[in-house]
Amino acid sequence: MEQPDDGRAAIWRQALSIGVATGAYGVSFGALSVAAGLSLAQTCTLSLLMFTGGSQFAFAGVIAAGGAGGAAVATAGLLGARNGFYGLQMAPRLQARGAVRLLAAQLTIDESTAVAAAQLAQRPGRDELARLGFWSTGGAVFVLWNLATLAGGMLGSALGDPRRYGLDAAAAAAFLGLLWPRLRTARPRLVAIAAVLAALGLVPRVPAGLPVLGAAVVAVAIGWKDDVRGASPRRPGMLSS
Amino acid sequence: MIGWSTVLAGCGVCFVFKLIGYLAPAHWLETERVARVASLVTVALLAALLAVQTVVSGQRLTLDARVPAVAVAAVLLWRRAPFVVVVVVAALVATGLRMI
Repeated sequence: MEQPDDGRAAIWRQALSIGVATGAYGVSFGALSVAAGLSLAQTCTLSLLMFTGGSQFAFAGVIAAGGAGGAAVATAGLLGARNGFYGLQMAPRLQARGAVRLLAAQLTIDESTAVAAAQLAQRPGRDELARLGFWSTGGAVFVLWNLATLAGGMLGSALGDPRRYGLDAAAAAAFLGLLWPRLRTARPRLVAIAAVLAALGLVPRVPAGLPVLGAAVVAVAIGWKDDVRGASPRRPGMLSS
Repeated sequence: MIGWSTVLAGCGVCFVFKLIGYLAPAHWLETERVARVASLVTVALLAALLAVQTVVSGQRLTLDARVPAVAVAAVLLWRRAPFVVVVVVAALVATGLRMI
């Protein structure tokens, strides 16, 4: 669609629009995190240093439910594991070393990887456009996500009891919103149902935070068996999760 | 309230996962099974968090204003509403029901 010499401008526009969209839900994170009991400074630290949306919502969610710190860390970590796969796929394209590599790792998230992957698919052989897509999107999201978190956190601090404003329901809706795009095929749907049953079954029996991790065990059990008929993607792709 | 060590530990774990992809020999991790399990673990965690956040109160299962709020959220997601709209409407539904 774009002329080759317009390719870069289009990538920047995409990066900025993704940054704005992601920033919008950074406001939700900021408010929910503060409502969960984290301080504004801790909330902002999560967006600066953890910088991966699903993990951050999960961390705050486990804390809000009364879970132990270890459970929150484990849940956030497991949700962030897919970024490792993104790194595997970005590393050869970025060829980053030293401090730049650390920065690349920090910016390796769903959005930056997805834009890079799209460039690789649309313009094979033009790695420099994939790199531009990665860095511009990663940078835009980083700046806007963090500003939005600060705004949301300050708003959340001003609000008082989270239940008065339905923020507990808002957090549930946030998890549903993050889950929704992943439920396109049969196996994820099966895993989601099994996870819900496992987690709710464990709640009366184990300390807070552990039911969610128990659900992860269920996922490993269901996912372990190799699939011959193709309900899951053929090869690890950046957009498969 | 929440210890800084917990917050920083969470940040550290997530960063290590991100960095692993840049450090590990590809063949360690690029098997279909590992990628698939990672993807399904993500789904399981999000689903479990959703369930706990919707019906759990302390150590018990409770049905309250959160349930219809999440049901409305599901309808909005099905109709492709933006994320922020879904979250705000859920909050409004719960607040409204609690005022009755």
